[in-house]
Amino acid sequence: MSKRIGMEIALAVAEAAALCRPDVVAAYPITPNTHIPEHLAEIVAEGHLDCEYLPVESEHSALSACTGACAAGARVYTATSSQGLLYMYEIIPIVPAMRLPVVMALGNRAISGPINIWNDHSDIMCVRDLGWISLFAANGQEAVDMTIQAFKIAEDHDVMLPILCNLDGFQLTHVVESMLMPDQEEVDKFLPPRKPYAAVHPDNIVSMGTLGLPEIYTEARMAMNEALMNSKKTIYKVWKEWEQAFGRKYEPISSYKGEDADVLMLTMGSMGETASIAVDQLRGEGFKAGMLNMKLFRPFPADELRAAVKGAKVLIVTDRAIMCGGEIAPVCAEVRAALYDEPVRPAIVNEIIGLGGRDVRVEDFVKMFKKAASADKVKPEKAFEIYGVRSS
Amino acid sequence: MIEVRWHGRGGQGAVTSVELLALAAIEEGKYAQGFPSFGPERRGAPVAAFNRIDDHPIKVRSGVYTPDIVVVLDESLVGLVNVADGLKPDGILIVNTAKSPKEIADVTKFKGKIATVDGSSIAWKELGVPITNTTMLGALFKVLGRVKLESATGHVEHRFGRVANKNLAAMKRAYDEVKISSVN
Amino acid sequence: MTKAKKKWPETWQECTPGLMVFEPASARSYKTGSWRAQKPIWDNTKCIKCGVCYLFCPEGCISEDAEGYFMADLDYCKGCGICYHECWPRAIKMVEE
Repeated sequence: MSKRIGMEIALAVAEAAALCRPDVVAAYPITPNTHIPEHLAEIVAEGHLDCEYLPVESEHSALSACTGACAAGARVYTATSSQGLLYMYEIIPIVPAMRLPVVMALGNRAISGPINIWNDHSDIMCVRDLGWISLFAANGQEAVDMTIQAFKIAEDHDVMLPILCNLDGFQLTHVVESMLMPDQEEVDKFLPPRKPYAAVHPDNIVSMGTLGLPEIYTEARMAMNEALMNSKKTIYKVWKEWEQAFGRKYEPISSYKGEDADVLMLTMGSMGETASIAVDQLRGEGFKAGMLNMKLFRPFPADELRAAVKGAKVLIVTDRAIMCGGEIAPVCAEVRAALYDEPVRPAIVNEIIGLGGRDVRVEDFVKMFKKAASADKVKPEKAFEIYGVRSS
Repeated sequence: MIEVRWHGRGGQGAVTSVELLALAAIEEGKYAQGFPSFGPERRGAPVAAFNRIDDHPIKVRSGVYTPDIVVVLDESLVGLVNVADGLKPDGILIVNTAKSPKEIADVTKFKGKIATVDGSSIAWKELGVPITNTTMLGALFKVLGRVKLESATGHVEHRFGRVANKNLAAMKRAYDEVKISSVN
Repeated sequence: MTKAKKKWPETWQECTPGLMVFEPASARSYKTGSWRAQKPIWDNTKCIKCGVCYLFCPEGCISEDAEGYFMADLDYCKGCGICYHECWPRAIKMVEE
């Protein structure tokens, strides 16, 4: 029976991962993610989980170890953020190419230059195109639920791809709040042991991680990308099963008062919740605002996005990373691409918010909505704006 | 929704206070958030920690700027840090001090209610250390009213083990001894 | 001669997941002997049976016979000359194909 608990979200994510009975955890701590590998280490050390915990010397080793263990048939889990993610970078594209279902928690943190340990999405934007499925949690409950869902999605033989479970660093990881934590029996029922499609073992004839000459690379990459695109079916199937088992519904893009909205705001992660307060405030004033929260980022839910923005006059896309040197910010670039061919589409305003942990308050969201309200009549001067940047 | 800001120094356990308050509220079926000011702090540096408590799910995730209650764990922060910054005019400032509310009002310029309790003495007596996080939590429970001190008991026991009883004693004393005054 | 086999999956749908190879020792069917321009010849009067040529061969195609002398498998020997380079009694010479 699920129990209502109060816990720091990072610890709850570790607990949820432990409930999934990983065979191997190889992780290196980095702020703001630290409590996830630390707590898992405690759980293993205290004998509550039969798991091989490898306290590796770097994130590069962490993902290498996870890849090897996963290839050998183990259920594996790891966690990192920002510079740690960048340290494992060369292995990141290899995991989906080898079709290995590694699950990784990413406590979203700004990438360096200057050094910044606070929350934004610049780390996930570095790896979004490398073949991993990417889920975004907006609160503690989603962070817990997605951890468990991830193993089921990843290990399905129609998928066999690694998954990034994103949760905002500090904004979520370090917050104590209430969540419903499933118990071991419920998780075991939802998530059976992993049955690998193939496992490297002396008794098994299989080679993994082979060379791909020009004659085959294109087809191999297409095959992997098709698997990623098709994984939507399994993701939605698992979400349906989750709803049946636990009563909580998950959609690729959830809508808060978006159905009849004139001005919609697209968010990813926990800032969407703050934005929903702005929506309520504006609705109270007669302003038809709505908020969309994207929970599935890769594969990109283009169809669902097109459906969600129908009827809106303006769409504000909030990005939490700069696409340096580009015309626009990352999520907005994808939104524009998805909407380009639509005969009728909303005017798009791109706001880059909350870089490096800069706080975004309800009143900021209200300002953004009001400023964007006339974007369908008067084209914004600039394609994107870094909200609140101080400049002379 | 009630918002609380705690002022302390790194190592004084403000984060624990915040966590225990959140857990107590959740114990009662309420919704709560507890979080520190995010960042690397070292022992002794002024830090802040925050709570939100509500009967309904809490959606706002930005920082706390206009708290209803401020708790100051370390008296030396009064005057050093603007502890009353953003505190609502009808809010309450709780300070660990033996000084009078008027003296606190003079320094902080806060015109609303001020609650004082000599948390440091209580902590020294009951715990043998000048760590006032649980002590001041007791004072907070009295001032806040809508979350019962008893709801924290189990969590204090879980967190403090052998020294739980001492912490609970300090909490209860502060609960009983805190005085709320209207200076203006 | 091995029967003609499709060298590459024709279409992306035919790729195994992750391009996993389920055939053991498939490298053996790739005979690289045709790459060489020179081949190694052992002079067994000079060979002291130290095995250094066998250890250094990057192809792993040098083997020991019943008497303890060495020779290269010409199906795979690429003629790189490393065995010749490492043979310190100079028992190996490289000969044009």
